[in-house]
Amino acid sequence: MRARAERFLPFALLLPAVAFLALLIVIPMIQALILAVIAEGGGFTLEHFERMAGDVNFSDAWRNTLLLLILIVPLQIVLALVMALLINSRFRGHGFFLYVYAIPLAISDLAAGILWLAVFTERGYLNSSLQGAGLIQQPILFLSFENLPGILTAIVVAESWRATAIVLLILIAGLQLIPRDFFEAADVFGAGRFRRTIHVVLPLLRPSLQSALIIRTIFAFQTFAVVFALAGRNMPVLAGEAYVWYAANRNEHLAAAYAVLLLGLTIVATVVYLRVLGLREAEVAR
Amino acid sequence: MIRAKQARALALLGALAILMTACSTTGAPSGGGQVADVGKPFVFASTQFTPVIEQENMRKKILADYKGAGVDFITDQEAVILDRISAEAKAGGQGQIGVVGLENGQFSSLAAAGAFEDLSKLADKQKDRKIPQDMLTLGKFGGNTQVYVPWMQATYFLVANKKALQYLPTGADVNALTYRQLIDWAKNISDKTGQRRFGFPLGAGTTPGLIHRLIQGYFYPSYTGGLVTTFKNADAVAMWNDLKELWKYSNPQSTTYGVLQEPLQSEEIWLGIDHAARMIEVLKAKPDDFVAVPAPAGPKGRYYMSVVIGLAIPKTTPNRTGGEALIDHLLKPETQLITLRENSFFPVVDVKLPDDLNKGLKLEADAVAKQANAKDAKVVPLPVGLGAKGGEFNTAITNTFVRIVVKNEPIQTVLNEQGAIVQKAITDANAKCWGPDGTSSGPCQVK
Repeated sequence: MRARAERFLPFALLLPAVAFLALLIVIPMIQALILAVIAEGGGFTLEHFERMAGDVNFSDAWRNTLLLLILIVPLQIVLALVMALLINSRFRGHGFFLYVYAIPLAISDLAAGILWLAVFTERGYLNSSLQGAGLIQQPILFLSFENLPGILTAIVVAESWRATAIVLLILIAGLQLIPRDFFEAADVFGAGRFRRTIHVVLPLLRPSLQSALIIRTIFAFQTFAVVFALAGRNMPVLAGEAYVWYAANRNEHLAAAYAVLLLGLTIVATVVYLRVLGLREAEVAR
Repeated sequence: MIRAKQARALALLGALAILMTACSTTGAPSGGGQVADVGKPFVFASTQFTPVIEQENMRKKILADYKGAGVDFITDQEAVILDRISAEAKAGGQGQIGVVGLENGQFSSLAAAGAFEDLSKLADKQKDRKIPQDMLTLGKFGGNTQVYVPWMQATYFLVANKKALQYLPTGADVNALTYRQLIDWAKNISDKTGQRRFGFPLGAGTTPGLIHRLIQGYFYPSYTGGLVTTFKNADAVAMWNDLKELWKYSNPQSTTYGVLQEPLQSEEIWLGIDHAARMIEVLKAKPDDFVAVPAPAGPKGRYYMSVVIGLAIPKTTPNRTGGEALIDHLLKPETQLITLRENSFFPVVDVKLPDDLNKGLKLEADAVAKQANAKDAKVVPLPVGLGAKGGEFNTAITNTFVRIVVKNEPIQTVLNEQGAIVQKAITDANAKCWGPDGTSSGPCQVK
């Protein structure tokens, strides 16, 4: 009797999570898939995908989403890694830095976007400070539609500020999982701090880096609130188009088509990461 | 041990506090004290007053003297509110929404589906309050049932920083400008100060800019005498050329402007046309620094858009008499003045504006009157009959502006391509021509 109960226990413990995923992720996902291929009058159609591909903003949205992904994700991983290593070196007051780094985690996307808008706008904090310091005569129009590099820089800065913390936390957790004996062994063999990082820390951190990359890439595909706040209509992105088609244009079919496209991209990215950073059996077991 | 006990006591206290707040908020009316037997509480759903301050004003000031059944005022973007109303209508039976407050154009598809009670009797009872007859007729949607009773109105006009007045082109009267003079004005400012100070509400953030309304109700009719039936004609091409010229003297950050009062206040721009409720903060804050004047006139006249917001009762209402009592409260002259004072929407009932009106509101009220009474003034309603396709229609219009003016694409190509999208939205919605386009038997045709 008892053995049987124990056999079911793991399943029982998994049940809440599975129910949660089914209810809030799987079912809506299937609904979105159906919405994307159903004609307004009923029946199967690819019309929504055709309309999406033919939309004025589609190619721009596609380009901008990938551009932001390429710019933001590597930058954040490097930043977070440096911050994590710094905190993990346990210098005096490292706890304080951890808290400071983690603050943006508590701020919503849109709030972060509006915050940075206040920094970068024509009469914003950045321009006032530069003018106050006598470095510029006229305010610089960072967010002008004529200044795409300016807009892009503002978005990359804002996004890095906002979402590096989540990568940082994953990496710190990963760092803390590395057994101390590895470091002691490295010390015994005379490895300096730098060699220790390259040959011991980074390889052992790979599983965490993989999770961080996957999560961050998924988030990068979903980015739009910060972009909306800083660039308005200047920089359409895929997730933003899904929102516009649902909320402003009230066309749930086209919004679903965008969502399905994003889902496909996310799956592809995840599979690539799993393959490229592939874990060996031993590491999975760890 | 002691710590564990303390923790338990604290937890208990916390739970109690939560329970108490829960009890105290359920079922309590948000406005005034409860009078005997006013019926079930209900939801008042609206697409207006989405900014948080306006919501607070609604709950705490506009509803302050209301003594009826409990009212829960909710507001959100058009799509969300319309979805909720139509969901209750489709479900049938008794819903939660007792009163809705929507823009004229937002009613049409729901009205066509017969989602609302006939308010003819209620409108008759309001006779002494002298709501203009043409507004009441608008609320009938060409039929006999009074789908909505007008609630409040708004419009768009031009606001200028007084610093800009010295650059007015010679011979131009600020109260009777033409679009040509506006362009010259913006050019003068740009030439003399080196700054591009005209602003378009082109932003797409939390509060998206209302550029599509300016195109639908101001630029197009003033230049072409129509919107849909003149979408691609020679007058339209001339208009787009003028807008491209104006854009040269416009702040290039216009693409981030949702409401123009912010760049006006920071002086990023000196000139801009926007909705009254989206300029009031700067006019209230610095009434002596600004002038509010009628929108410019084009070759076909001084067209302006009149936004009428109406109140209706869904057939699924949980409390019809309660809803009528709320509508009656909202139409009282004193409530209408509070609505003007707090949220800057103008009264629909006959009421004299008090002399002690806030200076900023006074500026707006004068601009509204000057605009409506200009000798070349012609009024345009919000798009009618597009229902759920209204969003696609608006986006197609906005994208036309973005492609021609911002991205500098060839005018005729864009008009042909966007015209097809505009036509699809109209045909899908089966919307007849409205306003300046006159009438049509079938869906209005893009020409």
